[in-house]
Amino acid sequence: MDWVAIGLSLKLAVVTVALLLPIGIILGRFLAYRDIRGKEFIEALVALPLVLPPTVFGYYLLVAFGMASPIGKLWYELFGHQLVFTFEGLVVASVIFNLPFAVQPMQRAFEAIAPDLRAAAACCGMAPWQAILKVEMPLAWPGILTALVLSFAHTLGEFGIVLMVGGAIPGETKTVAIAIYDRVQAFDDVAAGQMALFLLIFSLFTIAVTSFASRRVGRRLG
Amino acid sequence: MLELEAEQDAPIPLAARLSCGRAELMALVGPSGSGKTTLLRTIAGLYVPKKGWVRVNGAIWFDSARKIVLPTHRRRVGFVFQSYALFPHMTALENVMAAMGERRRSEREARARELLRLVHLEGLEHRRPAELSGGQQQRVAVARALAREPDVLLLDEPFSAVDRATRQRLYEEIAELRRVLSMPVVLVTHDLEEAIVLADRLTVLHHGRTLQTGTPAEVTTRPASPEVARLVDVTNLFEGVIAGKDEARGLVLLDWCGKLLEVRSEQAASPGTRVPWVIPDGFVLLHRRDRPSRGERENPVPGRIVRMVVLGQTARLALAPHHAPDLPIRFSVPIHVARRNGLAPGVEATVSLLADGIHLMTESNPSVRVSPPSRSETVVPA
Repeated sequence: MDWVAIGLSLKLAVVTVALLLPIGIILGRFLAYRDIRGKEFIEALVALPLVLPPTVFGYYLLVAFGMASPIGKLWYELFGHQLVFTFEGLVVASVIFNLPFAVQPMQRAFEAIAPDLRAAAACCGMAPWQAILKVEMPLAWPGILTALVLSFAHTLGEFGIVLMVGGAIPGETKTVAIAIYDRVQAFDDVAAGQMALFLLIFSLFTIAVTSFASRRVGRRLG
Repeated sequence: MLELEAEQDAPIPLAARLSCGRAELMALVGPSGSGKTTLLRTIAGLYVPKKGWVRVNGAIWFDSARKIVLPTHRRRVGFVFQSYALFPHMTALENVMAAMGERRRSEREARARELLRLVHLEGLEHRRPAELSGGQQQRVAVARALAREPDVLLLDEPFSAVDRATRQRLYEEIAELRRVLSMPVVLVTHDLEEAIVLADRLTVLHHGRTLQTGTPAEVTTRPASPEVARLVDVTNLFEGVIAGKDEARGLVLLDWCGKLLEVRSEQAASPGTRVPWVIPDGFVLLHRRDRPSRGERENPVPGRIVRMVVLGQTARLALAPHHAPDLPIRFSVPIHVARRNGLAPGVEATVSLLADGIHLMTESNPSVRVSPPSRSETVVPA
């Protein structure tokens, strides 16, 4: 059992989810309520990681993060080290790659709130931020929770993009999925099996807990 | 006092003027798609028309000319939505308290309980909307709308989702509630009966245009145009030609397909003018067979009964006049009257068209017509 890899995967998942929470809420709510030109294009862009092979996606990120690109240069100037093959690079890749898993459920959750309810909140004298806090968030939170769990589980299991952008540096970018692959390559079936089982049980558990929680909320709201 | 003017060509055509006094209940009636709800949403700021203004108690909420659009949460409105739009994650009490953001925290609960008592919901404070019946939900929505102490109360088809018996009870409760309310109340409904029962005045709306405003009696017996007559379901709508005047008796003589009718009217149209006219059901008098009764000398029209439909205790009849068999006059009588007079399809009968009830109109639609307050008072924004 490669506890360092498991710890790194969990850390990556937590940081990714923490970043996706505000990004997903803002972007999901925006896509749900604003009727702007080119909305379909933004939606397509967000959904792209769903259909693009992780290697293709990883390749472009590698190019974009590299020292030859403006982003890579800017990062180097700001932080004094490269973005590729670091934990930070992995986080950025992971956030982008998980956008559809976070944004889409959140968008659906906001869309599911009846327009009259938001109108009623305004008629009750609630300013937009109060309406978000008191009406929208409580109603959308099952969707938001689902989004976060999906992103979390997906980050734990992501392989191709991590390998492309992060390499497999122990303690820095070698996540549990890569560690499993690494153990299989080394014919260490016991360690591979243990870690795979851990990932399986952990994923099953989180998904079961969320669906239980959101069903309870659904019943409460009738 | 609430005043509104809205005008635009697209996406929803609007040409509307509206006014509603303090403690007045104004009903906006019209078929679905006539723009009733759009006007209500314009008052609340949920819809912003291209041109127009909204003024409440002298304060400007919206003025396209001066680019003033007060956001909804800063307009003191109480809005009862057709779907009630109760917050499903809050109890009845919390729903009412949600509209009390401006009150001190310590006062909120007591006031919310008071409002729920006012709408007869004591004991149900801690139920969520899903655990309440349709009528109870509607009452919570009314309590919540009043919680903000609104300057105007807006009701969007609030009775459409409850059964008939509940609706009758809610009508009574609204009428009762109005004794303690002092703000303008605007009710949107497609149900004319409902408007007549509840409203002080009603405004008829069609294709976004306000066609006529008046008391229910005015609008239903003296519609401003054939269009209004059709919308308010005045069934006897005909066309005649002005034949002359009887100045001495204050009567206008109307030629209706060769039959001269006497009409009590101020209309000054010159002889030869074609005019549409209506006579509401209640001004068509059936001649009794056994003995003549008062009013029988006024405009007697003999004919044949062509249709009789019994609805409860009322017989609805159509009489084809001998001089114009294609233009049946519709009227209704209590069923015992129909029976005593032996009315049935095919039977000969005579009715009088009372001179007071015949209402002459002009063919062209009068443009927007608003009862007081007059236009000159309302244009100047404060």
